[in-house]
Amino acid sequence: MKEQTYTITNDTGIHARPATQLVNKAGQFSSEITLEYNGKSVNLKSIMGVMSLGVGKDSEVTIRIEGADEEEAAQAIDEVVKEGLGK
Amino acid sequence: MTTTLEGIAASKGIAFAKAFVLEQPEMNIEKKEIEETDAEIDRFQKAVDHAKQELQIIKEKTLNDMGEDKEEIFSAHLLVLEDPEIIDGVTAKIKDEGVNAEFALKDLSDMYVTMFEGMDNEYMKERASDIRDVSQRILLHLLGVENTSLAAIQEETIVIAEDLTPSDTAQLDLSYVLGFATDIGGRTSHSAIMARSMEIPAVVGTKEATSAVGSGDQIIIDGMEGRVLIAPDEKTVEEYKGKQQEYLRQKEEWAKLVNESSVTKDGRRVELAANIGTPNDIEGVLSNGAEGIGLYRTEFLYMGRDELPGEEEQFEAYKTVLEKMGDKPVVIRTLDVGGDKELPYLNLPPELNPFLGFRAIRLCLEETEMFRTQLRALLRASAYGNLKVMFPMVATLEEFREAKNLLENVKAELIQEGQAVAEKIETGIMVEIPSTAAAADLFAREVDFFSIGTNDLIQYTMAADRMSEKVAHLYQPYHPAILRLVKQVISAAHNEGKWAGMCGEMAGEETAVPLLLGLGLDEFSMSATSVLPARSQVRSLSGKEAAALAEEAVQLPTAKEVEALVHERGFVTS
Repeated sequence: MKEQTYTITNDTGIHARPATQLVNKAGQFSSEITLEYNGKSVNLKSIMGVMSLGVGKDSEVTIRIEGADEEEAAQAIDEVVKEGLGK
Repeated sequence: MTTTLEGIAASKGIAFAKAFVLEQPEMNIEKKEIEETDAEIDRFQKAVDHAKQELQIIKEKTLNDMGEDKEEIFSAHLLVLEDPEIIDGVTAKIKDEGVNAEFALKDLSDMYVTMFEGMDNEYMKERASDIRDVSQRILLHLLGVENTSLAAIQEETIVIAEDLTPSDTAQLDLSYVLGFATDIGGRTSHSAIMARSMEIPAVVGTKEATSAVGSGDQIIIDGMEGRVLIAPDEKTVEEYKGKQQEYLRQKEEWAKLVNESSVTKDGRRVELAANIGTPNDIEGVLSNGAEGIGLYRTEFLYMGRDELPGEEEQFEAYKTVLEKMGDKPVVIRTLDVGGDKELPYLNLPPELNPFLGFRAIRLCLEETEMFRTQLRALLRASAYGNLKVMFPMVATLEEFREAKNLLENVKAELIQEGQAVAEKIETGIMVEIPSTAAAADLFAREVDFFSIGTNDLIQYTMAADRMSEKVAHLYQPYHPAILRLVKQVISAAHNEGKWAGMCGEMAGEETAVPLLLGLGLDEFSMSATSVLPARSQVRSLSGKEAAALAEEAVQLPTAKEVEALVHERGFVTS
């Protein structure tokens, strides 16, 4: 299992376009991918799940990936996050 | 006998046809116990697949007919449709609780709709309507209800509906659907915006169109006056035929002027620009042939949200506008909130007299961090087009100097960081406070331009709140005091070799155009749809005659006499 923790630096948090990009990327992999924030965990392949968390700026989130393609998934998602969402 | 319904004029034009009343499909969703849960899951999956195919088709049709902007709505729908929370959630509910697919889906989507609608965020609220639209689509397939009614229209029709969703409007075949009227909605609701981009007449917010009109009734809709006429008598039909022809004739005339310049018969050239609120408005600006943007109201970036927009977000918005406008001038007004426009997250104390209070530049010069963020975004965007920066509500020269100083500081900072910034950026002010208009000659030495904000200038000069019905009659654009102030501001600018524009509603009004032209106004900024009519008017006028008219008008004692003069002299046709 891969686990990465990020701090969201994007001013609007995980909303709108960045949320869509993240969900689309996650959907390309077969691994189970979850996003955890504030004690709640949702499926990162679900736009509604992700948006329902209401992740704002400066929040700390954890992404967990488990499955056959977890290495590739972890790398691809890391890229999306670092492209503008957080660090 | 003709029955008339009054509504809100949402999209211009007049249409005659039989009505087609869109029935809301019966959706009785009952909870049923299911034993064959695997078969039920299969049935659900099939409904989802059908809905997906349908959406793909609608998405492509929308892209071809209406462009990327509108297509995005359906990309969002597809994302919701493929959402594992929905698919897995419904599947689990069917399996674990042994309930029917319809009930499981309704239950789950209601939960999300309630959750998203409850969020204090415009974006999330919109997502709630996506979920509703998508779940309705799947439900129709599950229930086997025909939803092709709109798509099946095969004769000239005016659609009457409670409201039209994005999925509905995308299905309208414009070779048959001549217009529509709805019970609910306003000028900015989805249906109204779509009608304007499809360029068909529409009336919204009639409250009772679906109950007053029956399918097959002969009706007329008037998208200029916001009227629906049911079973019109011959005389009414004649009258509206005339109106329609006049409108179509004019529209044709106007359309020819899209690429023409705004120049009078005797060769005086002015700039007709458009006012915008968001980058999405640019499409309309270009299709209406505006020669620039005279006012980009940046406050919309700050409204309907929980926190300040960041530098990147603002930069992207400004850059988009500048790039799309090419070399054409774009006047961006820095944040103008306070007064009637509040930002709850700034936690400003309430004031007894907000219009005379802590707003616009007064606020920005206190909240310098917020202001600097906007200035940074503006200056970075300046590298992508022809930017002019305008400060709102300036009452004293100190305010202008302080704002300009801040702008210069931020510019130096950006250059040091190695960011590209345009070399020359004009900085000007809105003239909307009488003190500034009265001392315009002093301001003109230091600013690069003036833009007269008539909405506020009139209410401050006349001391008449434009929101108060009792004093609305004192809100007089043609009062000699206003005309004289406008004249003074324009002359002050010209004496220093600067330009003067106007960005209030007055700039696009038929009666005002000849007067303003005569007073020497250089730039007229108005709503995009007024640009072509105004251009047609400017091209029919003589600059010299307009100047003589204005000279005479400023000597008249009352607003009524000014308006009468403009009409008497034949400067206004309607």
